[in-house]
Amino acid sequence: MKRVQFEHSPIPYLFVAPQIIIIVVFFLWPAAQAVYQSFLLEDAFGLSSQFVWFRNYSDTIFSAAWLQAFWFTIIFSTLVTALSLGLALLLAVKANEVIQGASTYKTLLMWAYAIAPPVAGLMGNLMFNPLIGDLYGFMNAVGFDFDHKLDPYDAGFVVVLISVWKQVSVNFIFFLSGLQGIPKSVNEAALMDCKSPTRRFWTITFPLLAPTTFFLMVINITYAFFETFGIIDTTTQGAPGGATTTLVFKVFQDGFRGADIGGSSAQSVVLMLLVLALTVIQFRFIEKKVHY
Amino acid sequence: MSGVHLKSVRKTYPNGAEAIRGVDMDIQSGEMIVFVGPSGCGKSTLLRMVAGLESISGGDISIGDRVINDVSPSERDVAMVFQNYALYPHMSVRGNMSYGLKNRKMDKAEIDKRVNDAAKMLKIDAFLERQPNQLSGGQRQRVAMGRAIVRNPQVFLFDEPLSNLDAKLRVQMRIEIKRLQRRMNVTSIYVTHDQTEAMTLADRLAVINDGLVEQMGAPMELYNDPKTLFVASFIGAPQINLIPVKFDGTTLSNGALQLAGFSGLPENTDLVLGIRPDVLRVSGDGQFEMRVDLVEQHGGENLVYGALLGATNNEGDDLEVCLKGDKEMLPDLDGTLRLGFDSSTAFVFRKDTGERLI
Repeated sequence: MKRVQFEHSPIPYLFVAPQIIIIVVFFLWPAAQAVYQSFLLEDAFGLSSQFVWFRNYSDTIFSAAWLQAFWFTIIFSTLVTALSLGLALLLAVKANEVIQGASTYKTLLMWAYAIAPPVAGLMGNLMFNPLIGDLYGFMNAVGFDFDHKLDPYDAGFVVVLISVWKQVSVNFIFFLSGLQGIPKSVNEAALMDCKSPTRRFWTITFPLLAPTTFFLMVINITYAFFETFGIIDTTTQGAPGGATTTLVFKVFQDGFRGADIGGSSAQSVVLMLLVLALTVIQFRFIEKKVHY
Repeated sequence: MSGVHLKSVRKTYPNGAEAIRGVDMDIQSGEMIVFVGPSGCGKSTLLRMVAGLESISGGDISIGDRVINDVSPSERDVAMVFQNYALYPHMSVRGNMSYGLKNRKMDKAEIDKRVNDAAKMLKIDAFLERQPNQLSGGQRQRVAMGRAIVRNPQVFLFDEPLSNLDAKLRVQMRIEIKRLQRRMNVTSIYVTHDQTEAMTLADRLAVINDGLVEQMGAPMELYNDPKTLFVASFIGAPQINLIPVKFDGTTLSNGALQLAGFSGLPENTDLVLGIRPDVLRVSGDGQFEMRVDLVEQHGGENLVYGALLGATNNEGDDLEVCLKGDKEMLPDLDGTLRLGFDSSTAFVFRKDTGERLI
């Protein structure tokens, strides 16, 4: 078959150039730098560096601090994703049933979306302040011996709570629009076919929300991995004893606070590979169960 | 099997709008009833009240001896076919058909038997494992029917099920629905705005207007003996010719148009004369003339449209009339035809109340 060839013009390349430049300058180049630096060991003043092959990687992966951050990140991400998705779904289903004052109710639920993670962190910090924090006072008043400055679980609770609160509104918006995308007549047909509302939800509504849920799961895991940095930085800063340090926070700590550029770069490369693997798993195995 | 009984059923929305304003109806067991009316008349609302998808503001609806006002839709023993089919997109055809039975904890073997029987009857047995989005409109329609049939309900409800199909398929499915209903002998309520569907499917027809049943009866009874102007104008295609007239004791008149042979009508009252297009005849000694401006050839019959000479409608414009003739009738355009009718085949209505006088 003969293919039609159009005369080439440089103009299309000019149009895509800004995007290409942004990707190269802000993504590919730093990533390449990170990979390169992960093989170097710098002296404490950053005056000289030495090529050390995979020393930075082995130091990273076999260090107790990195493993602690790894497990904390896994547990933290799972909790944040599961809780924020679950809560948002519950709220969206309930909000979808509200008839009077529906738009006010929905707007109120969406408000938290406008708050940046560091601001959410600052608010959380105030609420859990041992001197003036209402939630700190409340937790102790109801009988918990609550102290997130000392107890790793309490500290974990604080960062999970703030991260979930911040993310619920985003998930809520998507779930609500997903619910409203289900044809009314399908719900009515289900109403005539199935008496139990719970069963109706799990057999009709939830499967039809699966594309939304899958999309949100990817978004939420990314959020828990990366964007919660702002929350952790403004609340616990990884304390006590590194118990609330996520992998991203540790990259920041080691690189910018600890001036260990090589080790920090090695960690970010490992993190990059982890996220890559996670994404492949998500699209390979979970997406198959989703009906679009 | 059991009938459906409606006793002064009302539906008032929270904003005060009245959709159904007191409907009484007795539907016999095994009967096929068609609700017909213009959009917004409340026919779908009434059907959805029987289904349980709309609450009942007043009156009682019962199936057999059981009042179902407060019974949940899934326990009313009714099955519904929706206008856009409302198939579950994530389930196969088999899944769609068996879903309602599984939820009723029916035995697996019995479910399979019912699904297979219904699929065979509807000729969709080859598609049982497919997803709804792999089916054509007509096949989806059949699946929706199958989902209702397997339930083996006391009452079938159809909410304009054929309106999304193309014209040819619609006629075909119409015939099939009628056959199925005959064969299964299940009480059915069918909602449509299409008067051909209504006439051909119904054992009895309920013409609904503005939340009230205007008239109910066998299709031909409504055609031959409409009680109101609304029923006369809604039933019959092409539509009945309506001529605004006044009565002076001996003749009906509209401008130069004078029609004798009527008696016993109120004088000085606005009346409407209704003549069906198929009772108009071309004849030399007819009562009036029309100027032909359009002939529609339908194949077996022709419809001749034109203006009635000497008469005007309420706005003072030409009054359009339609005449139904055989395929040989091809009058010259812009020519005139003299038409006649037997005054015993015409209807006379009061304009203000719509009540039929003759």
